Amino acid sequence: MSDPNLLTSDVEEALRAGVRDLLADKADADAVLGRVESSSPLDMDLWRTLVDLGATSLPIPESLGGQGAGWREAAVVAEEVGRAVAPVPFLGSTLATAALLHLSDDTDAQEALKSMASGESVVVLAIPLSGPVDGPLARTVRSVADAGVATRFLVPADGGLHLVEAASVEPVVSLDLTRPVWDVTFADSGVRLTGSGESAVDSALLAGSAMLAAEQVGIAEWCLTTTVAYLKQRYQFGRPVGSFQALKHRLADLWQSIVLARAAALNAADALATSSADTRVAVAVAQSLCSTVAVRAAEECVQLHGGIGMTWEHPAHLYLKRAKADELALGTPGKHRATLASLVNLPG
Amino acid sequence: MTDVRERVAALLAEHDPATTDRLDFLRARFDAGLAWVHFPEGLGGLGLPRAQQEIVEAELAAAGAPDNDPRRIGIGLGMAAPTILAFGSEELKKRLLRPLWTGEEVWCQLFSEPGAGSDLAALGTRARRDGDDWLVTGQKVWTSSAHTARWAILVTRTDPDVPKHAGMTYFVCDMTDPGVEVRPLRQITGEAEFNEVFLTDVRIPDAHRLGEVGDGWRVAQTTLMNERVAIGGRSTPREGGMIGVVSDTWRANPDRRTPEAHDRLLKLWVEAEALRLAGIRLRQQLANGAPGPEGSAMKLAFARLAQELSGLELEITEDGLRYDDWTLRRPDMVDFTGRDAGYRYLRAKGNSIEGGTSEILRNIIAERVLGLPSEPRVDKDVAWKDLPK
Repeated sequence: MSDPNLLTSDVEEALRAGVRDLLADKADADAVLGRVESSSPLDMDLWRTLVDLGATSLPIPESLGGQGAGWREAAVVAEEVGRAVAPVPFLGSTLATAALLHLSDDTDAQEALKSMASGESVVVLAIPLSGPVDGPLARTVRSVADAGVATRFLVPADGGLHLVEAASVEPVVSLDLTRPVWDVTFADSGVRLTGSGESAVDSALLAGSAMLAAEQVGIAEWCLTTTVAYLKQRYQFGRPVGSFQALKHRLADLWQSIVLARAAALNAADALATSSADTRVAVAVAQSLCSTVAVRAAEECVQLHGGIGMTWEHPAHLYLKRAKADELALGTPGKHRATLASLVNLPG
Repeated sequence: MTDVRERVAALLAEHDPATTDRLDFLRARFDAGLAWVHFPEGLGGLGLPRAQQEIVEAELAAAGAPDNDPRRIGIGLGMAAPTILAFGSEELKKRLLRPLWTGEEVWCQLFSEPGAGSDLAALGTRARRDGDDWLVTGQKVWTSSAHTARWAILVTRTDPDVPKHAGMTYFVCDMTDPGVEVRPLRQITGEAEFNEVFLTDVRIPDAHRLGEVGDGWRVAQTTLMNERVAIGGRSTPREGGMIGVVSDTWRANPDRRTPEAHDRLLKLWVEAEALRLAGIRLRQQLANGAPGPEGSAMKLAFARLAQELSGLELEITEDGLRYDDWTLRRPDMVDFTGRDAGYRYLRAKGNSIEGGTSEILRNIIAERVLGLPSEPRVDKDVAWKDLPK
């Protein structure tokens, strides 16, 4: 097997700069904190700007109105969304995009992808954020990310995937303020798309997990950068607290684990983009590691900020909640390691 | 641009690896500029980007060409060569680099002392000017390969009256000179991979100085940055190194499996794979540039993983209570994964000490990468001779 390409290209870095500038402008900490307590917790004006930038339709082919780029580019956007904990329906939309791309021989699926690319509709895959449950689909699906702004749903049922317009969407109080979840109840089964629903959901979970890993790298980097900046200017005992080795060594360890997490996330995105035979291993490695690193970064961020890190007004809690919810999303690290055990022949 | 493939083909046409003596082939490869293509012409290179070396290695391996056994001469390749290239006179480069690369002359590193470990700049081995020469007296320690080495890179104190970083000078030292005495130092594995080296009025010509008098600290930094890349920046296949050994042990011993060990193994497998990927990424970044601080991250992670994995291996292996051989041995090569599980466990303890302790690496990362302030220092503006020892 030849080495994966783990460097980002100039084009990818230009995309990153554009998205980062936009999010810094429209989704700074104050804006996000204000937004999540409002009656519409997701920022659809920001979403439409991202749509216009092409940042939401990168893996969709040009023939269907998308950018015709791929999952490496989408991972760049995911990382920036994580860095800003931007309250936009990126993950729900990513899952739906991957599922629809898997069924793209179906004309209804093509039409749905077109309307997603143009921003006309927001399609969300109706699975619990913590991952699909085995067995027959209940009429109500609990804890669906981004469901509150969905105009259409992809609903797995009876071995197929159904495109459904009508659903009742119930807000719930969510642990993660920047990616809230909703309970969704379906009255009818909509249009059944041609092809296997199970393999479409499987491919959505694979792509979603890879994008989530990139998001987790963005979260971890924000937490490290913000903590380092704070420890440089916070004085106690007559010195910047960042000069104490006890704290420096913790941050050095965190930086080192982010170096590994970034390599794993890039590898997962590259594997997905190149349809590598190694994709399942790459995704399981990335999810298991990046989940853990993001949570640790957020927990260190809160602790090393001291009292201010425990307050509502400081954004650290938004990152802690997002990191912890991301750890549960699409399977916990332990679940991904269990998958890995069978993939690489390390039986328990 | 020079096509390295053509150069390789020409080398192979003139020196068929199947019929050419190993050393003759290596010398011819050096003279063809295919030893390290990023080195200058005439010194084993072609002045090409470092990335092209991979092409050379792949083509030569495919042709069954002998290599220079890099594990046996790691200090020469990874530390001495880049420093000689950066600071040596033309004459020294011509004399030293070819036999260094072919492995005809092994190198060792005379840096650490009993009183200067992590604080390398505190070292006290004295070099005094004597006409066109220097006379060097002092004691060095933890010196791998000193018993097989022909040459050493050596840092000395030339001016004790200035602060410690300012009064050091860097030399190459001929290990066969009178006054150089090498004594084995037995380590926790039972073998003596490294040595104590006693220097008594060793006469070193001024022409063997690297860098200016008093500039030894800066020269040593070049050596150390390259060392960290050399140790941590290798690219290995999946399940290469310690993780492969431990995974195979796991597969072979179903009776010794527990859920707790299983979860630990999987976590370490994930980290080892991520470290491997980070190494690939680092190599891709380095392909056209100089080593950066990321090498420190690689080494830090490598040491921790090697220790955790080798500890786990003893728990899941058949004969964790046995050891293969405690008799004093004098290996001519460092081997982290050879021998048995007990040896691996003990040898891995050195991984977080040799080549910069993990604690010093964390300081380097915190200060150079993250830009955090240093601890208050009491030794910065004090003459070396006045420091408490």
